[in-house]
Amino acid sequence: MTMPLMRPPRKNPVLRTRQMSLPPGARGRVALGMTAAAAEGRFELQVCQACQATQYPPREACHRCLSPRLKWTAQTGEGRLLSSTTLHHSNDPFFRERLPWRLGLVQLDCGPSLMVHLHGDVGNAPERVRVGARLDRAGQAVLIGFPNEESVNMADDKMLREMTSDPKFRKVLVTDGKTAVGQALVQALVKAGADIVWVGHAEPWKKLPGWDEISKLPQVTPVPLDLTNGKSVDELAGEIGGKVDIVLNNAEVHRSYGIGARRGTDVAKAEMDINYFGALRLAQAFGGALKSRAADGETGATAWVNVLSIYALSNFPPHGTYSASKAAAYSLAQCLRAEMRPSGIRVVNVFPGPIDDEWNQSMPPPKLAPAALASAIVKALKDGVEDVYPGDVAQEWLERWKDNPKVLERELAAGGS
Amino acid sequence: MTNRRRGYEGVAVAVPVTVPYVRHSTHSAHWFIGHAIEALVKASGLAKEQIDGLTVSSFSLAPDTAVGVTQHLGMSPRWLDHIPTGGASGVMALRRAARAVQAGDAEVVACVAADTNHVDSFRQTLGSFSNFARDASYPYGAGGPNSIFAFITANYMREYGATREDFGRIAVDQRTNALKNPNAMFKKPLSLDEYIAARPIADPIHLFDCVMPCAGADAFLVMSEARARDLGLPHAVVRGAIERHNAFSDDPVMVRGGWLVDRDELYAQAAARADDIDFVQTYDDYPVIVMMQFEDLGFCAKGEGPAFVRAHQMTYDGSFPNNTSGGQLSAGQAGAAGGFLGMTEAIRQLTGAAGDRAVPDAKLGLVAGFGMVTYDRCLCTGAVILGRPA
Repeated sequence: MTMPLMRPPRKNPVLRTRQMSLPPGARGRVALGMTAAAAEGRFELQVCQACQATQYPPREACHRCLSPRLKWTAQTGEGRLLSSTTLHHSNDPFFRERLPWRLGLVQLDCGPSLMVHLHGDVGNAPERVRVGARLDRAGQAVLIGFPNEESVNMADDKMLREMTSDPKFRKVLVTDGKTAVGQALVQALVKAGADIVWVGHAEPWKKLPGWDEISKLPQVTPVPLDLTNGKSVDELAGEIGGKVDIVLNNAEVHRSYGIGARRGTDVAKAEMDINYFGALRLAQAFGGALKSRAADGETGATAWVNVLSIYALSNFPPHGTYSASKAAAYSLAQCLRAEMRPSGIRVVNVFPGPIDDEWNQSMPPPKLAPAALASAIVKALKDGVEDVYPGDVAQEWLERWKDNPKVLERELAAGGS
Repeated sequence: MTNRRRGYEGVAVAVPVTVPYVRHSTHSAHWFIGHAIEALVKASGLAKEQIDGLTVSSFSLAPDTAVGVTQHLGMSPRWLDHIPTGGASGVMALRRAARAVQAGDAEVVACVAADTNHVDSFRQTLGSFSNFARDASYPYGAGGPNSIFAFITANYMREYGATREDFGRIAVDQRTNALKNPNAMFKKPLSLDEYIAARPIADPIHLFDCVMPCAGADAFLVMSEARARDLGLPHAVVRGAIERHNAFSDDPVMVRGGWLVDRDELYAQAAARADDIDFVQTYDDYPVIVMMQFEDLGFCAKGEGPAFVRAHQMTYDGSFPNNTSGGQLSAGQAGAAGGFLGMTEAIRQLTGAAGDRAVPDAKLGLVAGFGMVTYDRCLCTGAVILGRPA
């Protein structure tokens, strides 16, 4: 059984900060299919559409019947551990700093043998295990052998914490605490064991509903933060930038309507100023320090979360300018992900459907409850997932968008949500 | 009726040369290949121009292949092969060269394996060794072949009751052999206690289960027996040869190698039985693979490897001489030259050139090859039986 992770002692600032060295991140184009699935939390392998043989390692033609029709297909991961080893030596700097490291060879019930990282709760071969895919610190999919039986502190496994961004004992900045989503996030992070939650408040002199309640939590420290104001962002970064382990940007401006129902660009500019430029200001101010601490012990800096919108994938005309600002923010988030990857910081993009708040008043249900969004985000951090589409609406849009983005555009233009 | 495979009658192997191994070198692979061919020319008395066939095996030659070597060294062969199959390259080069000689495509073929070893080149080779390794094994701890062979060894131990002492016998006896080989990298004796006490690398693999990567070259000539006699070169003859790739791919973890598929044909070609073999040069990237070769080449039954090594002394003067040069475990692994080490040693044993480590009265020797861990096992297997000329 995994021992619970203990709160690490305060860091001695004189000691060396461990620098991030990534695990080997090179993959062939075909193998990236496994990464694409793992980024959304799924374990998929190629299955031959002609003879049903499951393939591994990823390849271009079926090893049994030579068909090129190999389809990425969800796997249960059920299998048997055939053999295991503990590495005491590695040729790679990332693993050298993390030895000893346990590995296994697992035969899936559907056939192939997989080399996997082994969870500490898995015993000696032969034993039943469940294989799952996770992103490693290089952002590439790797396979992990999990025990068949879940245990309480499973997430605290040393190897697993290298893959995930669990908030436990970490220090988090939530950029906007005045909204229902912001407050639900604070509650969820505290419940997940976050050490400190700094909560941004653009207008600290205003009394807002729910604010007193979260301010009273011992883990919570309110901080002034206005994403439209570069000076405000820089000042906060100067104060806490070197301590934040997870940045969670949920600040947004959301107004209804598209182009014809309004005059001028003021509303659209206000949306862009927070949703796009605010994210940019935040990334410029907090990105550097976050990157430099990505390997700083078992509770080091680990993730950057952008709360976007499912409308970022395809414009929803009744919320047209908002959709555009979120599409811009999504594009920027992809850039941020590319810039963060060499440091091992995971950028998590969250694409909720309509949230059950005042700005989606006119939307019919189902809508996403703030608490459900918050728990989906915490789960994504714990699972090390990169792209999150929480709730039924987002899942359905995603499916339609993956199926045919042009058809979805037509449906949305016709008012179909 | 299937077309029966022709034998290897009339083919001779001669002039085993070794460019002494060094731990690291600043030279490139070409330097070692050049030295090896220079040594072949000097020892054979042939002019460089009389070598009209060439095979090259090397990892560190890239981006060059065998043809780049011809220009680098000013050679103009009429038959050329590039055989980048590591531990199986010696057997495979011999088989191809033998057919070229039989067919008249070449008269004298130089088979050369060479690799350099810069301070960081081993790590770089591992990371880009194969597509499958890059995608599916190197990201898992970057242990290189150690982690794969740890799985294979642990599974074999569980399945067949082998112990670390059993593998230790193989390593210790090879070290004894190496002490009589001036080219071996290891110069100190190894006791079973030292073997057991060595630091763990990837359980159950410990330090003395692993080869030491180094730089160096091995080479030999293949020609007709008649030509070898004319030149007055001491030589051995090819009695039989097999190879097999990606055998038993449905075995979830490797417990047997491709030798098993073709071994009956190997002994039939040689008109010999396993009992008739006077010494073996197994491929020893890890002791477990040596034990598997004892089984799969018919010296004992599957699963009897542990009992077999307990019953035999595997030194050059023992009851079952194995890897009389010290093998890669004690002579060093000069990259692809590791796949030639057994071949040059076997030729030396059969031509009276094995010095203090000569196997008494050796007439028939077996050389096995094993190469290319692209993912979870080695894919290439091969074996050759060499004999003294009639």
